[in-house]
Amino acid sequence: MLKLEHVCKVFDAGTANKRTALDDISLEVKKGEFMTLIGANGAGKSTLFNAVCGSFMTDSGRILLGGEDITLQPEYKRAFHIGRLFQDPLRGTAPNMTIEENLALAAGHGTWLSRIGRAERRRFRERLAELDMGLEDRLDEPVGLLSGGQRQALTLLMATIDPPKLLLLDEHTAALDPAAAEKILSMTKKVVSENALTCLMITHDMQSALDLGSRTLMLDRGRIIYDVSGEERKHLTVPDLLEKFKAASGRAMNNDRMLLV
Amino acid sequence: MADLLPLLQTAAELGLISSLTVLALFLSYSMLNVCDLSTDGCFTLGAAVGAVVAISGHPYLSILAAMGAGMLSGLVTGFLQTKLGINSLLSGIAVNTALYSVNIAVMGGSSLLNMNKTETVFTRMEAHLAATPLAGSQKLCVAVIAVLAVGTLLALFLRTRLGLAIRASGDNPDMVRSSSIDPAKTTLIGLCLSGSVTALSGCLLAQAQKSVNIDIGSGMVTVALASLLIGGAFFGKRRRMPLRICGAVLGALLFRLVYTAALRFRLPAFMLKFVAAAIVVLTIALPYVKAQLPLIRRRFAQRKEAGDAEA
Repeated sequence: MLKLEHVCKVFDAGTANKRTALDDISLEVKKGEFMTLIGANGAGKSTLFNAVCGSFMTDSGRILLGGEDITLQPEYKRAFHIGRLFQDPLRGTAPNMTIEENLALAAGHGTWLSRIGRAERRRFRERLAELDMGLEDRLDEPVGLLSGGQRQALTLLMATIDPPKLLLLDEHTAALDPAAAEKILSMTKKVVSENALTCLMITHDMQSALDLGSRTLMLDRGRIIYDVSGEERKHLTVPDLLEKFKAASGRAMNNDRMLLV
Repeated sequence: MADLLPLLQTAAELGLISSLTVLALFLSYSMLNVCDLSTDGCFTLGAAVGAVVAISGHPYLSILAAMGAGMLSGLVTGFLQTKLGINSLLSGIAVNTALYSVNIAVMGGSSLLNMNKTETVFTRMEAHLAATPLAGSQKLCVAVIAVLAVGTLLALFLRTRLGLAIRASGDNPDMVRSSSIDPAKTTLIGLCLSGSVTALSGCLLAQAQKSVNIDIGSGMVTVALASLLIGGAFFGKRRRMPLRICGAVLGALLFRLVYTAALRFRLPAFMLKFVAAAIVVLTIALPYVKAQLPLIRRRFAQRKEAGDAEA
């Protein structure tokens, strides 16, 4: 589904601050695969997502999504097939617009001059009811009034209301309180399995990196240093992962948010 | 009392005509979150183009021509900021400056055009109203029709998908992009529409006054912004869209009313723009200062305590 071929990105090339963010990354993600990404600070996890989404153009290499070359496509065009959630729950929604208006933009049906129809409204209400947060009765309230957890749940719904080819989750529960994080995570699992979505998830929680999904990728200094799936992954523990990291990178894992238990 | 009524009517006419510019700013400033500083030049452009076309004998076409010219001006401003990476304030100022030359060129090299004997939408309306009870109030009628039409269309437009996308572009461009919509495109379209309405406003004012002066639009952006902020005080962000649009028109009317009253109390006419600037500064600064007040009070209290302790 997603294929990266020798993707490179260097920031501030030619200056003293030169930083190789992505160093010749090649990766193939199969359709329906749920992959978790871990790595130290500045390993290139979010940069990898940015490259796939088109937040910047890569220096070299090719990116293919569903067989289509998207390397040079602008961000908004790629967004048609890619859903993305950020750590910051405020990034995915427009605060001064109502829940309904936010959903209408994300759902993307109709022509430029079409208005929100009754059928669409009913669909929004049904999907919101599935979140079990009482949002279905607050369609006309501005999103700015919602809590972080509610906003992230709404963003998740907006990203998946028309199932995308690829779902990118960038530590999307890290800024929430434990209860809300738990809820968003179980919603995520549900929506991914129901729609058989191809999904990449960055997490700082080593245990859930192993528990969730079917494949785990470890990044360091812009390179993939460990890629594990199948039988080998089943028997893997968190100490194993840390050991692998040390062996591959020659130093201990440092990530200020990393949960080691 | 008898001399008050015509005064009020004039205030209503001018207020309604300038409320069109306020509606344009409602779209660009309140919705798109772009402070379009080319408004002054665009207003004059509408006045100049409208006057030239009307003088050449096409009163109705003059309206369309003015709106088209305004749209073009908005297109240039939008292009500079979305495609060429020029800061939105700077591109507005650049276009505004360039428009000064363009406007003089449109007026055939002069800075004043007279329309005393020209057929305009107002003279046409006057002829229509001649035998009705509304005879003589053609200015008010044209202004009311224009404001109703623009206000209604704007309210309907903001409920469409494109309208929602324009609102979201001012609210969270990231979210627009992730909804597969290009915020550059929505900004461009929004500025075109607001430019055309600004130009319509200028065109109508010129035809109502029967003359265009190159300075007709100077300070318009501040006056309109003041009106918009006054309107926002009545029908603010949390209100429904049609109410907020009414608020913008109401703000323009109130501004004119206050100004007319001030004139009655012998405030010289040239003070209009000072008053507008003061209103803009006060409305934006007051909430900020108010939020700072508790801190300032505590500082004072602390200083006083320290002073008492020393004494």
